[in-house]
Amino acid sequence: MSDDADVVVAHADIVIDRISALAQALRAQGTRVGLGELLTAQQALTAVDSSSRDDARLALRSVLCSSHRDIERFEYAFRAVFGDERMHFGQDPYEPLGKIERPVPPRAAVAGNATGSPEDQDPVAVPAAYSDVELLGHKDFSQYTDAEMAIARVLIARLARRGPTRVSRRTRPARRRSHTPDLRRVVRASLHTAGEPVERHWRAPSTRPRPVVLVCDVSGSMTPYARMLIQYMHASVAARRRVEAFAFGTRLTRITNELGGRDHDRALERAAAAVTDFAGGTRIGAALAQLNREHGRRVGRGAVVVILSDGWDRGDPEELGREMARLRRSAHKLVWLNPLAAHPEFEPLTRGMRAAIPYTDELLAGNSLASLEELAVILEDI
Amino acid sequence: MSFAEIGSVEAATAALAAQGYLADRPLALGIHLAIALEQPLLLEGEAGVGKTEVARALAAATGARLIRLQCHEGIDLHHAVYDWDYARQLLALRAAEGGVDEGQLFSRRFLLRRPLLDALEHDGPVVLLIDEIDRADDEFEAFLLEFLSDFAVTIPELGTVTAQHRPVVILTSNRTRELHDALKRRCLYHWIDYPNPDREREIVRARIPGVPEQVVVRVVTAVSRLRQHGDLYKLPGVGETIVWAQALMALGDEGDLEDTLGAALKVHEDVERVRERKVLEGV
Repeated sequence: MSDDADVVVAHADIVIDRISALAQALRAQGTRVGLGELLTAQQALTAVDSSSRDDARLALRSVLCSSHRDIERFEYAFRAVFGDERMHFGQDPYEPLGKIERPVPPRAAVAGNATGSPEDQDPVAVPAAYSDVELLGHKDFSQYTDAEMAIARVLIARLARRGPTRVSRRTRPARRRSHTPDLRRVVRASLHTAGEPVERHWRAPSTRPRPVVLVCDVSGSMTPYARMLIQYMHASVAARRRVEAFAFGTRLTRITNELGGRDHDRALERAAAAVTDFAGGTRIGAALAQLNREHGRRVGRGAVVVILSDGWDRGDPEELGREMARLRRSAHKLVWLNPLAAHPEFEPLTRGMRAAIPYTDELLAGNSLASLEELAVILEDI
Repeated sequence: MSFAEIGSVEAATAALAAQGYLADRPLALGIHLAIALEQPLLLEGEAGVGKTEVARALAAATGARLIRLQCHEGIDLHHAVYDWDYARQLLALRAAEGGVDEGQLFSRRFLLRRPLLDALEHDGPVVLLIDEIDRADDEFEAFLLEFLSDFAVTIPELGTVTAQHRPVVILTSNRTRELHDALKRRCLYHWIDYPNPDREREIVRARIPGVPEQVVVRVVTAVSRLRQHGDLYKLPGVGETIVWAQALMALGDEGDLEDTLGAALKVHEDVERVRERKVLEGV
């Protein structure tokens, strides 16, 4: 091998090193980067003018990013790897940034862990506790002990699987006679009958999951319920397709991605870290305004919107009314779960609730397993 | 100009500019890479920022054929790749009074070619635009994944059809839902943002030849004010800016921004809010 070739190989090694460092920095921030992308990234670098730092950055960015959110992470990682202040990615990539202070995620999001060994609360141990389930049915979430919460978690996961469907434009072969003939099968069958379509076949429309948007109030007054309702959201996101989850106090946070994934506890931890206004004030109108504007397209395509809130609103009731009207027009159905509605003498007296009620299709309590079951029934009927 | 001649970012910028499409550097680079690496380019961005237009301009610039697959709810293989002309098959069967065997019936004569098959079989360069992929369902996305990696489809009755020339593929998504990671990872990704006022003025000038300068300035200022307002349900895109400028041009001296607000805003509450708060005052 000549010296020239050696130099080229050494150079390629450096490039590969750098790209791997970049990939590592991206992964540390939660972006998925596979071997395939690394190879493409290297090809991309050879395709652009590599003396231009900016072109190299843009080329790598278009290969390594796959969503809008990734771009910010990439820019940070790129500066870290190719910038002046080269960082070492050891155990904690955020170390050089100093400690990030976050408001402590309160118990509302993370499953309780107060007394007893973990085995005591193991949800797998449920079968022995089936007799308790009856009792739990109507028990208010705010009265739950940690053990009951663990039992309820399994039941909630079961309820969350039940969701709304809608008729799709896709059709599937049907046994019964319908309006649409299955021409493919008719032609095939006619081959044996000299082109006479004697044997007839039909197609019927299939059903698809209808999009669901869950919007949970995590302000102070909702704390006793929020932890169970967020469990419901997590279970829904995990069990069904086309579910979007949001949490709000004074502002709205999308937590669909955070709640994704099988690992229950880690999902809730991620969600708690993303939501910065736990157990604070409530501005429902402002949160719905954000939903209508920033996520209007997610709501707009025939979605069922479920709002989980007690309606204690510190914001402007007029704004709430306006945004509810808009939401009602763009969503397919609007369901409101208000734990206060469980009380037999419940009257929608809070200003917020009074502004919102004219626009809701259904008002449920959502304070117990029984009422979540009610929600499941309503969703299935939609 | 052929694909091969788009060998640099500058060439991509120039080729698109010649078609009246002003791409910023990251986008031009995305296109250059999509051609150089033969990878699909996924474009995301708000409505009306010119995602679809990219494909159109690229096809026009390179003389390639633009083949467009508009995705919709419920789209499946038979909308996207091929279908059989069943009515003609039945007629042929009856005309031949049973003298037809299966091979004759399922032959090219009765094959209906849909956009993806067209793109594979076209003899010459192709820009394949897969528009609004977020409207299709998961199953179709899974099929696309396979299609985009092999550029081949199998028709059970006929066999496998492989691409003559690998098409340049542009996918667009409006982000009504998140696409699957697997599909995204197969694509180069670019987010098209609203252009800054300077660029938007250039775009209006390029798209409407002979537009009076005064109209350009007024419309672009008005649109950027609306976008900054932050309280609107639907923000106007570049498409709206162009229509608005055309509306003002058509009205001539009588053209008034407030009167023609409907060119930019399509939600009743938004129009009212802008009028009420006098957002456009002084433009």
